[in-house]
Amino acid sequence: MTATHPNDIEFRRVVKRYGAVTAVTGIDLAVPRGAFVALLGPSGCGKTTCLRMIGGFEQPSEGEVLIRGEAMTGVPPYRRPVNMVFQHYALFPHLDVSANVAYGLKQMRPRIETGEIARRVAEALEMVRLDGFGGRRIHELSGGQQQRVALARALVNRPAVLLLDEPLAALDKKLRTAMQIELQSLQRNLGITFVLVTHDQEEALSMSDLVCVMNAGRIVQMATPREIYDRPADLFVADFVGKTNILDASVVASGRARLADGSMVAVAPSDRVGAATVAIRPEAIRLARKAAGDLTGTVTNRIFLGATAEYAVRVPGVGDLLVTADHHATSKSDLIEPGEAVALTFDPGAALVFPARSSA
Amino acid sequence: MRALVTAVYVFLYAPIALVVLFSFNAGRHASEFTGFSLQWYGKALSNPFLTEALLNSLIIAFTSAGTAAVFGTMAALGLERLGPRTRAVFDGLFAAAIVVPGVVIGIATLVALVEVFRFVNPVLTFLWPGDTPPKAGLGFFSIIAAHGLFSLALVTMIVKARLASLGRDIVEASSDLYATPFTTFRSIVLPQIFPAVAAGFLLAFTFSFDDFIVAFFVAGSKTTLPIYVFASIRRGVTPEVNAIATMVLVSSILIIAVARLLLTERRAS
Ligand SMILES: Nc1ncnc2c1ncn2[C@@H]1O[C@H](COP(=O)(O)OP(=O)(O)OP(=O)(O)O)[C@@H](O)[C@H]1O
Ligand SMILES: [Mg+2]
Repeated sequence: MTATHPNDIEFRRVVKRYGAVTAVTGIDLAVPRGAFVALLGPSGCGKTTCLRMIGGFEQPSEGEVLIRGEAMTGVPPYRRPVNMVFQHYALFPHLDVSANVAYGLKQMRPRIETGEIARRVAEALEMVRLDGFGGRRIHELSGGQQQRVALARALVNRPAVLLLDEPLAALDKKLRTAMQIELQSLQRNLGITFVLVTHDQEEALSMSDLVCVMNAGRIVQMATPREIYDRPADLFVADFVGKTNILDASVVASGRARLADGSMVAVAPSDRVGAATVAIRPEAIRLARKAAGDLTGTVTNRIFLGATAEYAVRVPGVGDLLVTADHHATSKSDLIEPGEAVALTFDPGAALVFPARSSA
Repeated sequence: MRALVTAVYVFLYAPIALVVLFSFNAGRHASEFTGFSLQWYGKALSNPFLTEALLNSLIIAFTSAGTAAVFGTMAALGLERLGPRTRAVFDGLFAAAIVVPGVVIGIATLVALVEVFRFVNPVLTFLWPGDTPPKAGLGFFSIIAAHGLFSLALVTMIVKARLASLGRDIVEASSDLYATPFTTFRSIVLPQIFPAVAAGFLLAFTFSFDDFIVAFFVAGSKTTLPIYVFASIRRGVTPEVNAIATMVLVSSILIIAVARLLLTERRAS
């Protein structure tokens, strides 16, 4: 039963090779209906390749891609119920805005009558707040407006899934933030499944229901943004998503570890005992103005960020730690100055234990 | 240095300027300009041999340029799909075809056609049911074929350059928006490359229309305009010939200007 299939997209052991290069190394993936999924990962990890296999522009070397439960092997892009927003928009330069948006509707069989096409095009332009721009030529539009046309051109077809390949990368920061909010509300209102490719972790975390972190052609973790941030599956995710301090340590008992300088810190409970790596977020470390304690260091740098400040703290034998603190919580008085000696404590349970780096 | 450059330009353009000037000469002799007159244009255009040659040239230019535009475009599209290595070979062959001297094309086409006729004509005679079988020979067809081959390379090069700047993005976008490959070609690719195809057609047209060398070898008994001019010059340079040359010059410049315009306008947008 296609119509009630719970997953809009499924990858079954998908491998993609380009000659000697393996871009995607055996991926299993399920994108639930109506979800907003972000594919996040460093450059060259295979995000675009995955998206292009959904769109039908690339064929998997092994395995299969399913859309709403139907195998897509051998199905060309023009027979797939998905639409793509290209990174550089790929608008048709010889057609005006209306004709660009109407393009997909005009290909549909049975034919949609002209009046109906015009109505839906107007509706789609209104949706992306471009009403009145229908007669414009593409080169008469700003980058942000072109972006909206590309979005309208895809969404007007009411696809099962909308694929977006770094659609906001070419926009300036302010416009990008505005478009992020707009994309999110469009997705909520239309209920269309979105798959968004990005290498901007903030974008992935803030916009999507599910983040799929990729590295070197593999999916490392797929979970909600909260889970990805709080419980990264491994060091790569911890390091790639958000800022993280990564320390070599030795776990002496569950919940207690010794750092390289010999100091003891509280870590999250784990089965592992012995050599390990500990990851802790900058905001999970507390600073106190005193030279004594288990873990002590010297502030070497401070970046004032308004409500918070970011400190670089040098701990002899351990290294440089990044600490984020909001001023009120730091101490009764104001900011700590570079050069001051501080004691560091970890929030209980916030220091995550991973296998030692050399053996990982 | 400046004097040298001036000399080069004088040598290059003075003869052409003289031809144009004397086409308007009222007198008969190329030695003195005796007054402005259009009489030689009238004479030239009412000469039945000349108008026949002109008509032949136009038919040949149209047909060979048209054929080259269609097949050259198809070749350029086909080359897109080849692997990089095969493609390099064909790119080289097309580029080489453009630099082969006219004499060589002429001789080669002549030799090849004569050989073909030697095989084809006996077969035709054998198969033909009537008494007077048709005989393949030199003429329209052979000139069109020779011009068409050269022009095909020309059109292919021009269209290929345009295709290269097209990018695969909009082709994929069209395909993503449910357009079949044929629809994508008709409504996306063709409108984008059309100026290049038209420019290729016009350049091919002027090449064929002005060509003497290749046509001279393979024309058989047909007379094209350049061949007519060549033949009439042997009876002495008349102001009539000057008038023909001026008309050919002006129309060629106009056509090439349009072709250039087609090629640059697109690049700007
Ligand atoms: N057509 C191709 N031919 C050969 N190799 C390719 C091709 N397309 C991609 N690759 C390779 O496959 C790997 C994955 O590429 P992909 O474009 O999917 O990365 P990405 O995650 O989208 O990166 P980015 O964030 O830089 O866009 C890269 O190593 C890339 O060089
Ligand atoms: Mg990419």
